[in-house]
Amino acid sequence: MTLPGSWEMVVGLEVHTELKTATKMFCGCANHFGAEPNTNVCPVCLGLPGSLPVLNERAVELAMAIGIALHSTIAPSTFHRKNYFYPDMPKDFQISQYDLPINSGGYLDLPDGSRVTIERAHLEEDTGKSTHLGGSGRIHGADRSLVDYNRSGVPLVEIVSGPDIRSSAQARAYASELRGILIATGASDGRMEEGSMRIDANVSVRKANEPFGTRCEIKNLNSLRSLHRAIDYEALRQVEVIEDGGVIRQETRHWDENLGVTSTMRTKEEAEDYRYFREPDLVDLAPEQAWQDRIRLALPAMPAERRTTLQARLSAPTPAQLDAVEVVIDLNLERFVNAAIDATIDPVLALARAANELAGGLEGIENLTIEAFCATLHMEQSGQLSATQAKTVLGELLAHGGDPSAIASAKGFEQLSSDSLGSTVETLIAENPDEWSRYREGDEKLAQFFIGQVMKLTKGQANGKAVIAELQSRR
Amino acid sequence: MTSLLRREDVAHVAKLARLSLSEEELELYTEQLGQILEHANDMSTLQLDDVAPTAHPFGLINVVRDDIVRPSLSRDVVLAMAPDAEDGRFAVPRIMGEAP
Repeated sequence: MTLPGSWEMVVGLEVHTELKTATKMFCGCANHFGAEPNTNVCPVCLGLPGSLPVLNERAVELAMAIGIALHSTIAPSTFHRKNYFYPDMPKDFQISQYDLPINSGGYLDLPDGSRVTIERAHLEEDTGKSTHLGGSGRIHGADRSLVDYNRSGVPLVEIVSGPDIRSSAQARAYASELRGILIATGASDGRMEEGSMRIDANVSVRKANEPFGTRCEIKNLNSLRSLHRAIDYEALRQVEVIEDGGVIRQETRHWDENLGVTSTMRTKEEAEDYRYFREPDLVDLAPEQAWQDRIRLALPAMPAERRTTLQARLSAPTPAQLDAVEVVIDLNLERFVNAAIDATIDPVLALARAANELAGGLEGIENLTIEAFCATLHMEQSGQLSATQAKTVLGELLAHGGDPSAIASAKGFEQLSSDSLGSTVETLIAENPDEWSRYREGDEKLAQFFIGQVMKLTKGQANGKAVIAELQSRR
Repeated sequence: MTSLLRREDVAHVAKLARLSLSEEELELYTEQLGQILEHANDMSTLQLDDVAPTAHPFGLINVVRDDIVRPSLSRDVVLAMAPDAEDGRFAVPRIMGEAP
C-alpha cells in the first residue's frame, strides 16, 4: 500500500520474544507452553511474600546471543520493578530492564538491502494469561476472568527498533528476518501463533522530510499478516484525520483482526505511571568479556549469511530459485540441499525438492535422513525414477521414513538399472536398423520413436532422458 | 518543610497504589513523607564527587542459577490460595480493558 499524496509512514517495532529456556526467568518452574493451567507455578512466580528471584543463566546467554546477532553492545545492566495492578501479574510489578538494558544499539540488515537500527534488546519477565468470561464470552451470565500463571515469569527479550521503517512490507520483512535470527540463535522457536513472538508497532505519518508526527502504539500483533494490515490501516487513518483538519493524539490502540480496524485503548493522559525503581532483590548483571566471547564463538551462521552461501552454489540463480533459497533458509532445510549438492546432485534439483516437497512435509522432517534424501535424488537424476516417482518416494519418506529403493520397489517403481536399459536399447537398435541409421544421420525426431519403444517394453518405467543418454552414447 | 512534596503528589501516589486515604491521612502522610524526603535530601549536600555510584550494598554481580527445572507447587495448594477457582485457574472479577 502507498499513502496518498506525499505522505510517508514512520514505523518502529517492539518485538517481544519468549526465550527457549528449560525454566522461568527467576525460578526453577518449567517454561513449557501448553501445560495444564497453574501446574508450573511456585512462590517466586506467584509473588508470595518472602520469595526471592534468582536470575536464569541461560536466559542471560540467549539475550546476549540475540544482542550479538543484532550487532548490539553488551553493557552492564540492572533490573527494575515496573509497578501496575493487573490480575495476570500476581506480584503487582513486572521485573524488567529500564535505563540500563543488557543490549544497546545495533542494526538488522534486510534482504532488500535496507538497514533498520536497533535501539535496545532487554530482558524482562512475561505475565500470566487471562481468559475473560461473561458478556459475549463463552459462559453465559458469568462475569469473571480466569487466570493461568504458567506463563508468569517466563523469560522474554524485548527488541526495540529505531523509527526507521517506512512501509508495512518493510515492517513485515524486518519481523520475518528477526524471527529467522531468533530461531538461528536458539533463543526462540518463533511460533507467533503460540504467542512466543508478539509485536507492538509505533506508527506515525509525516510529509516527506518533515519532522516526525505524533505516534500511536498498536499493541499485541501476533502474526506477520496482522502486523502488515494493522500498520497500513493505522497510517491511512492518521492521514485521513490530519487531512480532515484533525490532530493525532498520542495513544495506545488495539488491533481487531476480524474487523480490520484499530481502536483507542487508552490515551496518553490515562497512561500509567509505572513508578519504576531498582529491583532490590537482584544484583547488577555485567557479563565479562570472556563470557561474551564464549557466546559469540558458539553462535551459528545467521540467515543472511546462510542465504549468501547457498546462493553461491547456484550458477545463475533465477528469481524463482532465489525465492526457493529463502524458503529453504527460513525452514532450516539447507543441510539437505548442501549434502545433496556435495553428493553431485544438480543444485537446482536439490533446491527444488527441498523448497517444494520437504517444505510441504515439514511435520515429518524428523523421519527423513539426509542420506535417504540424497539417495532419492540420485535415483531421480540417473533416470531410475521419474520426477513424479521421486516426489512420491520423498512423500513416503517424510510420512514414515525408510529406505528409498525399498519404497520404490514396494510402489512398483521397478528400478531400471542402466545395464538393463542399455541392453533394451541395444535390442531395439538391432531390431530397427533403418530408424537407427536415420537417427545417427541426425534425425532427432527418431529419438521419440526409440523412447516410445523402450516405454512399451518396460511398461513405462524408463526415464526419457536416460533413454536419450543411452542412444547418444551409441550414436 | 514540606516543599519537596505536595499534597497532590501523595494523593497521586496513593491512587497508583490503590490506597484510599482520608483527608486527615493525606495531611499526615504529606508531612511525614516530606520529612523523609527532606532527610534524604541532606545527602545532596555531601561532597561525593569522588565516590562511585553504588547499586547494591554487597558489590556482587552476575548472581545466576543453572537452567534446571525444580518441582513446582501442587495445583491444589496453589488454588487453595486463590479467592476463587474455576477450570484449574484463578477466578477474579471480570477484567475490564487490556493489560497496560
